[in-house]
Amino acid sequence: MKAHYPLLIIGAGPAGLSAAIVAAEHGLDVAVIDDQAAPGGQIYRAIESISPERIKQLGGDYQRGHELVAQFRASSAEYHPHTSVWSLNDRQEIGILTQDQTRIITADHVLLANGAMERPIPFKGWTLPGVMNAGAGQVMFKQAGIIPEDGVVMAGSGPLLLLLAWQYLHAGVKIRALLDTSPYNNLLRALPHLPRALMAHHYITRGLHYQNMIKLAGVPIIKGVSRLSAHGDNKLEKISYRRHGKTHEIETDLLLVHFGVVPQTHLSRAAGCRHSWDNNQQCLRPQLDEWGATSQPGLFIAGDNAGIGGARTAEHAGRLAAFQVLFQQGIIDQAQRDREANKDRKWMRDDLHIRPFLEKLFRHPWGLLAKTDDDTIVCRCEEITAGQIRAEFQHGHEASNQVKFITRSGMGPCQGRQCMLAVAHILANESNQPMHDDAFYKVRPPVTPLTLGQLASLYPEEQE
Amino acid sequence: MFKFPQEDNPDTVTVTIEGSEVSVPRNCSVAAAVLVSAIGHTRTTPVSNSPRAPLCMMGVCYECLMVIDGQANRRACQETVREGMRIERQQGVGPTR
Repeated sequence: MKAHYPLLIIGAGPAGLSAAIVAAEHGLDVAVIDDQAAPGGQIYRAIESISPERIKQLGGDYQRGHELVAQFRASSAEYHPHTSVWSLNDRQEIGILTQDQTRIITADHVLLANGAMERPIPFKGWTLPGVMNAGAGQVMFKQAGIIPEDGVVMAGSGPLLLLLAWQYLHAGVKIRALLDTSPYNNLLRALPHLPRALMAHHYITRGLHYQNMIKLAGVPIIKGVSRLSAHGDNKLEKISYRRHGKTHEIETDLLLVHFGVVPQTHLSRAAGCRHSWDNNQQCLRPQLDEWGATSQPGLFIAGDNAGIGGARTAEHAGRLAAFQVLFQQGIIDQAQRDREANKDRKWMRDDLHIRPFLEKLFRHPWGLLAKTDDDTIVCRCEEITAGQIRAEFQHGHEASNQVKFITRSGMGPCQGRQCMLAVAHILANESNQPMHDDAFYKVRPPVTPLTLGQLASLYPEEQE
Repeated sequence: MFKFPQEDNPDTVTVTIEGSEVSVPRNCSVAAAVLVSAIGHTRTTPVSNSPRAPLCMMGVCYECLMVIDGQANRRACQETVREGMRIERQQGVGPTR
């Protein structure tokens, strides 16, 4: 790895890969660093090592990754897997960790393409072994064909839940129930957006197909679920939920939950980029111009960490950012940039027609986000409950950061990734205020835990 | 809780999970291997000693911290299994050097 690159890309998913391909095609010295062992991101995970049998079970969208990863491998772009980023600042200095060794490298332009994560929503029992994210189940399926052994209950709201259920059925998994936590009136609110969504009707056709196949397989799809809870001593034994005023229980050793995905903003916030609350996507997202440039010069963002748009949109956004970088570095002229960009903009516009419909259809009710039971753990790392957060609010500590300093909520190994949204929602609910841009913990480097030994390795000359 | 597919006949490596030798697919992450081995929890918390297991499998939740080849605080979901690897639960903050 060099000490400096004209363009450094963080993340080897669809946005990062497509940007790297474009930059390399134009002769730019570009490197991609990624936390994972192989390129593809979460969406195309294990695409190079997967069996043909499993590709069939995963469905057509996944196969797109083959072409993208092959193009990337054939390009002149450098690739550094197993490399995580613990710092990024407004001087384009990037703190990286690879094989227990830290380094700081620099770049003229940085493209952050580190994607999304599953939205964490705390509920009673969510820390029990046996409760996992649906995306985690899908990761294991892609990686090594691993499937639930003795059935599974799936719960939440979002397209991935339907997709994974369909994939699991193909692999012969017993799905005990699919519990839908989105409110009944979501459909009514989504309907006005249906005409536009029909311009990207392949998404709707596929969604309906998955739902029909799941029903045909005899899986109970239970709508209008609230108060989802997990129960057991030291591991999951059963789950319960409320529906139409009654409590129901299902015995299971595995619950996979999914509440949509949200942008990963730790690095862009550490770098001081401006972000705003998106009320439609119910998440914090960076403020970007039409090329993906942030409020910090030289720092670009593309893909789902720019706001949720999906894999195809991420590819186009990655290319747009690359064109602008090439233009700013004097490699292509404005006419060429705009000519190339036009195609991507059109594809992106077409692909994004589905989003307003999906956002309304899978919108989470305020109660689920903000009215967490007092005895439920919100910060998993430091084991801080919703009740402790509310108590601090009552003592006059009304901001996320104050609550963090006093309770240690958000100070554990995950650095607040799992509790940041929930703490902000709980405090907003206590103060009867809507969510806003500054409702969250401040983020400072290191954004991932480092040992003192790893940090000291920055200065090898000072070690014996 | 989880199982490997039956139809695949993958290239495997042998690792030791909590003292027992098991054979697992070469492409598998440590966390996935551990979930299939059904040892239940993969760590206990430093705060209350309560049992935890992997949540996200993509490197953001830090619930899968384990002791791998004697090194504490490794994210088991981000490490691929290697022949002869020693994988142990992390109790609290884990062994200190």
